Amino acid sequence: MLRLQKLTKTYKTGDQALKAIDLEVPKGQVLALIGPSGAGKSTMIRCVNRLVEPTSGGVLLDDVDLTKLGSGALRKARREMGMIFQEYALVERLTVMENVLSGRLGYVGFWRSFLRRYPQSDVDEAFRLLDRVGLLHMADKRADELSGGQRQRVGICRALIQNPKLLLVDEPTASLDPKTSRQIMRLITELCQERGLAAIINIHDVALAQMFVPRVVGLRFGEIVYDGLPTGLTPEKLTEIYGEEDWEATIEKVDEDDDVEAAE
Amino acid sequence: MSHRELDDMLGKGWRKPAFVKNPLLRWALLLGFFAYLIAAFMTIEVDWGRVYEGLDRGWAFVLAFTSPDFISRWTDIWSGLLESIVMTVAASVVGILISIPIGLGAARNIAPLPIYMICRGIVAISRALQEIIVAILLVAIFGFGPLAGFLTLSFATIGFLSKLLAEDIEAMDKVQAEAIKASGARWPQWINYGVQPQVMPRLVGLSMYRIDINFRESAILGLVGAGGIGATLNTAFDRYEYDTAAAILILIIGIVMALEYLSGIIRARVQ
Amino acid sequence: MPILERDDAQIWRRRTTGQSLVRWFGWLLGVAIFVYCWQLISESTTWFFVWDAPRIANDIWTRATPPKWDYITQLGRPIWDTLNIATLGTIIALCMAVPVAFLAARNTTPSALFIRPIALLVIVSTRSINSLIWALLLIAIIGPGVFAGVIAIAIRSIGFCAKLLYEAIEEIDHTQVEAITATGASRWQVMAYGIVPQILPAFAGIAVFRWDINIRESTVLGLVGAGGIGLQLSASLNVLAWPQVSLILIVILVAVMISEWVSAKVRGAII
Repeated sequence: MLRLQKLTKTYKTGDQALKAIDLEVPKGQVLALIGPSGAGKSTMIRCVNRLVEPTSGGVLLDDVDLTKLGSGALRKARREMGMIFQEYALVERLTVMENVLSGRLGYVGFWRSFLRRYPQSDVDEAFRLLDRVGLLHMADKRADELSGGQRQRVGICRALIQNPKLLLVDEPTASLDPKTSRQIMRLITELCQERGLAAIINIHDVALAQMFVPRVVGLRFGEIVYDGLPTGLTPEKLTEIYGEEDWEATIEKVDEDDDVEAAE
Repeated sequence: MSHRELDDMLGKGWRKPAFVKNPLLRWALLLGFFAYLIAAFMTIEVDWGRVYEGLDRGWAFVLAFTSPDFISRWTDIWSGLLESIVMTVAASVVGILISIPIGLGAARNIAPLPIYMICRGIVAISRALQEIIVAILLVAIFGFGPLAGFLTLSFATIGFLSKLLAEDIEAMDKVQAEAIKASGARWPQWINYGVQPQVMPRLVGLSMYRIDINFRESAILGLVGAGGIGATLNTAFDRYEYDTAAAILILIIGIVMALEYLSGIIRARVQ
Repeated sequence: MPILERDDAQIWRRRTTGQSLVRWFGWLLGVAIFVYCWQLISESTTWFFVWDAPRIANDIWTRATPPKWDYITQLGRPIWDTLNIATLGTIIALCMAVPVAFLAARNTTPSALFIRPIALLVIVSTRSINSLIWALLLIAIIGPGVFAGVIAIAIRSIGFCAKLLYEAIEEIDHTQVEAITATGASRWQVMAYGIVPQILPAFAGIAVFRWDINIRESTVLGLVGAGGIGLQLSASLNVLAWPQVSLILIVILVAVMISEWVSAKVRGAII
């Protein structure tokens, strides 16, 4: 469904963030993108919806090359891709409901959105989503009154109300505590299953990635160095991705954590 | 808001919660505002014929900016400008020197209460009175000329700078000052070592900003006879010599820009 | 931090001899400039009047007290005009300042090469020139009256408001804008959802702050004929009706204090 062809991004400073990435994501597959900071994870998902303009190469969403679209068509294409951000990126001075409804901006006209007169179907969908993530009672609260985990749930609602085919998720758990991180990851993967969505999840926490996703892609210096099952992430592979470190502890910890959770 | 059930909410419209919760108050405020606007517009008498006539002159003035005349009244412009600069420099120096002790006195955390009250009183008076009104009174008392302008600007500088300096001192880091006090420093030593280093960068920045304001103000003091470029400018407008007026305005804008640039450099260096 | 060797002892100095010399020279130059400025002021001052000043001040004081209280009945309309000049001027200025600010902010300007410098030029030129000068100019163009005052205040405030606003725009959180863009929102929707909510508090603060300043400035615009209470002030001064002058000054002081109080209240409510 999503295919990256020789995707390359070179910044003005000369840094090559992505070096001819080839990647295929089939429909409904959730994929974790791991790698050290500066490996180009964030750049890669931003190149998909062109928040960052790729230097060369193609991004094919259902055989439409997004890199060739004009601004109007690009907006239509962006509606198909929901994005979830590291620091939630909610508009803090708007209410929760407005933040969720802002996911419909690509579908409604300017004046409708300006006057907050969304179609009833959108409003109903927003209520349903907020109920699904357990925040219905917060609908009229201002976004900056919420806790981190709650904000990220609102961010998820905003992405889902776009009715996307694909979720682009940028470090969803980076500013959350371990428990909330797991809840958020579980929520994202569950929702993807319910709706048959594909997702690319940038994540630096290898253990968390192994726990929730069926496919892991490792990125290093803008190149794919691993693509396979989470169980295939051996210490050697992790060394290849991240560099020298004692990886046994990380991998073992995953198992222990799973046991603890199973016991609960 | 209490916990609501999803089924109750589906199918119902959603409105953004209003900024003013009470609907009666909200409408009253809105209505009152529009009523005021209408009343205000009704009472402004605009002689549209006169405005229409004026458009030509307005255009002539805009055109004058493309060909400003620095030459024909240069001696007037130069003497006015020099007087403005001289007033600015002298008033800034005196104003800053006086505002430092008053600023110290107006900071509650270092001044005893009686001194605090006196200094705050001076600041309040200086801030409440418009420069131009002070200038009128001082011209009446001291006669025409730059002395009245100099005194006006000094007085205004004291109010401005003392207040901000006092606020800065009140917001300073207590621990640093306490550390100096703990070393057994006397009051002046304490001010010199504990307080001064903390507020100095901001004092320099504010002083530069005030010099900038003083120059701009000095350009209008001439309107009431307190010296400076204002008198020359007024004459130029009275005689409809737009090219000369444009030249003066360009000079003022240029000097203000230069001062802003300079203060940017100085502020960057002290910080 | 040099250490001097002298008589086999080490002496600590904060600065080297060269640095000290430069500093002393700088101070000397500063003092010389100040003395020169003071001489220029002194030359164009009639010192006879200055020595006579205490007597004149005393004379004015006895004439001005008590204020002519019943004159206040004639001040209703001028006060209303003053309020209108400030309020309408502020509203017009804000309407103009918003687009200018968006054009001037680095992150929203359509063209950093051509449009941004123009917007910055508008800001600096309207800001550098006092509202009294704008009033003078407008009176020459469209004739005396409240309308000229409104426009003068509006023009002067554009640069002020636009400068503060564009600084606020440049400080917004970019990821919130990114998030709205990622939903497929159009340019204007990104503006309305991503940028405007972030700068709204700053905007409200600037509006009230400038309104407060404009009340002060509009009280004196009448001195050059641009309507408001300043007109009465200048008329009373011309006929040396000191009891009226003192009453007007009291009214202006009260108005300034009320506007400061209102703006503090509103700012507290918004932020």
